[in-house]
This record gives sequence, structure tokens and C-alpha cells, in this order.
Amino acid sequence: MNKNNRGLTALAALMATLIGAGTANAADTQLVRIGFAGPLTGPSAHQGLDVEHGVSIAIEEANQQQLKLGDKVAQFKLVSEDDVADPRTGTAVAQRLVDSKVAVVIGHYNSGTSIPTSKIYADAGIPQISPSATNPALTRQGIKTVFRVVNDDATLGRYAGNYLVKTLQAQRIAIFDDRTAYGQGLADEVTKAVKAAGGNVVVREYTNDKSTDFNAILTTAKSQKVDAVFFAALDYQAAPMAKQMKNLGLKARFMNIGNLPNDEFKKMAGSAAEGVYAWNYGTPLLEMPKGAAFEQKLKAKFGTGVVQSSPAAYDATWAAITAMVKAQSADPAVYLPVLKSESYEGVTGTIAFDEFGNLKSPAATVFQFADGGWKTLSVERD
Amino acid sequence: MEGNFDILLQQVLNGLVLGSIYALVALGYTMVYGIIGLINFAHGEVVMVGAMVTISVLSMLAGMGFAPGILTLLLAIMVAAAVCMLMAQGMEKFAYRPLRKAPRLTPLILAIGISIALQNLAMMIWGRGYKTFPEVVETRPIEVFGATVTNVQMSIMIISVVIMLGLWLLVDKTRLGKAMRATAQNQEVAGLMGININRVISATFLIGAGLGAIAGVMRAVNYGQADAYMGLLLGLKAFSAAVLGGIGNLFGAMAGGLLLGLIESLAAGYTGHLTGGFLGANYQDIFAFAVLILVLLFRPNGLMGERQADRA
Repeated sequence: MNKNNRGLTALAALMATLIGAGTANAADTQLVRIGFAGPLTGPSAHQGLDVEHGVSIAIEEANQQQLKLGDKVAQFKLVSEDDVADPRTGTAVAQRLVDSKVAVVIGHYNSGTSIPTSKIYADAGIPQISPSATNPALTRQGIKTVFRVVNDDATLGRYAGNYLVKTLQAQRIAIFDDRTAYGQGLADEVTKAVKAAGGNVVVREYTNDKSTDFNAILTTAKSQKVDAVFFAALDYQAAPMAKQMKNLGLKARFMNIGNLPNDEFKKMAGSAAEGVYAWNYGTPLLEMPKGAAFEQKLKAKFGTGVVQSSPAAYDATWAAITAMVKAQSADPAVYLPVLKSESYEGVTGTIAFDEFGNLKSPAATVFQFADGGWKTLSVERD
Repeated sequence: MEGNFDILLQQVLNGLVLGSIYALVALGYTMVYGIIGLINFAHGEVVMVGAMVTISVLSMLAGMGFAPGILTLLLAIMVAAAVCMLMAQGMEKFAYRPLRKAPRLTPLILAIGISIALQNLAMMIWGRGYKTFPEVVETRPIEVFGATVTNVQMSIMIISVVIMLGLWLLVDKTRLGKAMRATAQNQEVAGLMGININRVISATFLIGAGLGAIAGVMRAVNYGQADAYMGLLLGLKAFSAAVLGGIGNLFGAMAGGLLLGLIESLAAGYTGHLTGGFLGANYQDIFAFAVLILVLLFRPNGLMGERQADRA
């Protein structure tokens, strides 16, 4: 172990010298590495890729603007790592990012990976801004380096539970989750909110994040004559569940919080998509201040539009870069206080953090799939 | 209230659909094991390739202007089965055949290696995310005594039964079947009797791969999606089903598959209620494997496995 580490340090030192030598010639530029970590393989690969797209567009723009840090022009560079949405791989990848001396980490995509890795980044003093990790626990650890540009599940779950009982008038509700840190936390919040609003949770069941067969738990829900099903899981599981509900003749409203609404769901669920409710973090893309322009940029560069978190990832990256420019340094110890107090107008709205690293004024939107597309029903805000 | 007959029937039907797919995949494991004593861990990936090729052919045909329907589906399945058979043939000829006399651990490790290689190859070809299976036929629910099955699920069960019957006839009544049974009993003696062992073993791999391809398509149709990893868990479950029924035994694989599907479905449906919410449906796999362990404790050769003193 020790020997290995020494070898690595020596190698890193050598590389640093080489890079230093290289940039000395290329006029006064300073290399600033921006780390990204999220799932680039596996079932949620398209989500991780979406975040990576958002980060790389921000980096590209920043490089075009020739921003100055002190007397040097900052040259931002993306260091991308695949955490496979797995906590163990996530911590290994986090260590690798720390070792490669990134100035900031945009990620991780999942709460399950963001929470364990936040300690690693905190020890190294590197700010971590997640565009998508929404588990309330992330910012309740007393860690000073953790931020998110998305609302947490406690808020979203409260909105969703209230909406089910008060607006949709559901009385007997089944709540399922995929038993990930994300799904479980969210479903628990919804359960709390439903009970507080006077509704009944008659079925509370779980699956795992690999299963595509939910017939058994849906049959249980059917036997309980539920009038609404809530499922906290991602699109690749929500789609088969919507299909199986239809096939079983379970006529209940289907509400999801995960990563809907998106086009993937529409393709996978087919005709079963009709009528499905979905919550999403933030405001709808087209209602975002610079949403349409961002979507266009993304399509021009990568050929795919926004899946979910790329606008937030873009904003997270720019929030960090803006703080660096204001502090005139990419040294985390110097620009972290600036990041904590700054207010930046991004694609998703105003990016400003409270004392825990949460967004100051987060919004959430509920959609319904109707006539072949997602329609905005309501935007909720505290 | 949970004891309602229609709900129980619904869970049993859910389990049978799941089980028919397991059974078809399990047959592929058990046939190869029965004849050369090899657990072909790459079989799950053959199933995955079957599903993926079908999706590709369907979208290609749709691109050429043929609307998705039963005919295009049949054509796509035939192409997929051919690709899978070719793959299995290649695996057998170039990987397993040279190792037929090697210690048994060697081909087993090779099989695991092939499985990983195929998974990654599939990721390179079809990408890392989920592929959507186009809605070829409209799914319609059918009422059966208060429970609901779709026409697709009904077809899955019926086609599985027909295929299993056909396989039984093939092994029991035809010359090829007789040759297969002889090869399974003793390869050298069978060879001395004028049976071309290589051809018989090849045929076994081919049939297994064909069944696997069909099972892959069934799974993809039923859930509307497929991905490069789908073979892993499905393969593991089907392998367990084969062991549960007694590996090497055709009827064992069929019974094991159906039983595993039923256990999973019933466990997922009733665990939460029976334990008062202490254990949830996410423990369904644990129940399935607990039953497997129990059966193996009391019947080490599986439910229908015969004692194989000569092949321990």
C-alpha cells in the first residue's frame, strides 16, 4: 500500500512538472480541473451522461471567455469519472478525483453515491456540488463543502403527498420504492405527508433497483382497492410498472418521482404512459429563464436534448467557476467562502445557497402525460 | 382479505408467466450440462443477444417501412435465433471443444469469461442504456376467474408449453434424441457405436441457444425493454431453477423454472403481509434461494435429479 502510494505520488509529481513545463511555454494559462462523477454505464447511464453534457458545455463556454484568475488565463478541463451508481465504486472514484487535484466536483448523480463520497471531498477540502442528489441527509451531515442545486426530498415528498390527497382526492394509496437511498428516503417523506394530509397508506411495499417485474406487489395493491399508486424509482422501472398496472386492470392514478418526465419513459411505456403523473425538481425547461437556448446548445453539441439534470449541472459548474473568478483563485480554500455567499443567475433560476448548502428557493413541478406529451399541471414553491 | 381467491390466482398466474421464461432458459443450461457436464454460464448472454437482435431487426424493418406486426416479429425472432445458434456453435467449436478433456474447472472459468466478454460486446454494439421493445402487438387484458392476464402473457405460457413438449418428443422419440441420450451416458461408447459425438454436442448447443433466443424475446416483449445486463440475473435465476429441478434432467428444468417463478411471485405478494410489514417484497429473491438451499440439503441432486455416482 505505502509503496504504491509513494510510487503514485512520485508519478503525480513528475506529471505535475511535465504539465508545468508545458504550460509555461503556452503563455500564462492556469489549468483548472473540474471533476464530474456519475453513472456512465448501467441502467441510468443516460442520466449520468446528461449531467456530463451540462458540465462540459459550461466548461466550453468558460474557456471561450478566457476568464482570468490572477494574472493567468484559466484553462478549465473536465475530469470525468464513472461511478456506476454504486457507493463502493463511487468512493474509489472520489479518491481518484481528489488525487488528480480537481478544484470542484460536480456530482455525484445519485444520493447513494453522493453521501459516502462527501466525506472524502470534505477531508480534501474540495467543494462538491450535486445537480441531482436529493436525499435530505446529504446536507444534514454538518459538512461545509457540500452543495446541491436541486431541492431535497423532504420538500418534494411533502408537495407530492399533499397533492395526492388534497388535489387528486386519493384516499387509499399504495407507496412503492426501489430500496435505494434515494427511493426509500423519498417514499418515506411522501408517506409522512399523505398521513399528515389525512390520506391512508394501505400498501407500503418495496422492490429492488434491478427488477422489472412488479406484478406481485401490484396484485397486492389491487386486492387493497387502492385509488393511487406512488412509485419512487427511475424511468426504466416506472415504465414497466405503468404497463403492468394497465395489464392487471388496476385502475388507479400512477404518480412517480424519479427522473420523469422524459422521452425515454414515453418510448418504454408506450400507450401505458397516458395519464401518468410525474414530479420533477425545479421548473419546466421551457419556463426556465434561459431554458430553450440551453436545450438548443445541448442538441447542437451532443444531438440529444435535456434528459433531466443537465441544466442543473450546467448551473453548478458555472456557480463554481463564477466563485473562482470572483475570488481570483481556483484554490478551494480561497473560493469556497465566495461560493457559499454568492448569488448566480443560471438556467434553472437563482443559484444561492443557505447555510447547509441547499438552494435558497427551490421549486418543484408536477406533470401529467396526456395526448402524447408531458403537460405541466402545477409549479409548487414554499 | 389477502386470502381472496382471485388475488391468489393472480399471483399464481404472475408466477407462471415468470416461470415459463425461467424454464425455457433453464432448459439451455440443463441440456448442455446433461450432455457434457459443463455449466455454460454464457447462456444468459445468449438470451440477452436474442432479445437485442430482435429489437435491432424490428427497428430496421420499421425503418424500411414494414409496420411492426406478428409477421415482422416472427422474422426478427428467426434472425435472432439464427444469430444465437451461430454464436453457440462458435462457442462450442472454438472454446469448449478443445477443452473437453481438460479438468472441469477450466471450461467453467472459460464460460464465465465468455459471459463477461459478450456482455461488454453487447454494450459496445447496443449501447449502455435500455433498449425499448416496440409494441408489436397490442396487449389486451383477458379475465380469468377474476384474475387478469394479457394476451401476450397467455401466448408466452402457451408457446413455452408447446416448445417443452416438442423438446421432449425430440429427445424421447427421434434418432437425434436417442443419440443425445447415448452421448450423455457415455461419450466414448456412443462414439464406438457410430454416433458422431461432435455433431450431437453441437446440436445440443444449437437447440439450447434457440430456446434461449425465444426466451429472451419473450422477456423483452413482456417488460417492453432489454439491456446488456439482462442476461446476468435471468441466467442466474434460470441456472438455479435447473439446479432446483435437478440439473441434467429436462423435466427438472421445466418444473424448477415454473416452481421458482411461483415462489418468487407468491413470496413477493405475501411476505409483507405475513411478516406484518417487517420484510417486504424486495426479499423475494431471498425466499427463492432459501427454497433452493433447502431442497439441495435434502435432495442434493435436485427435485428430479438422478443419482450420478459416475459423475460426481
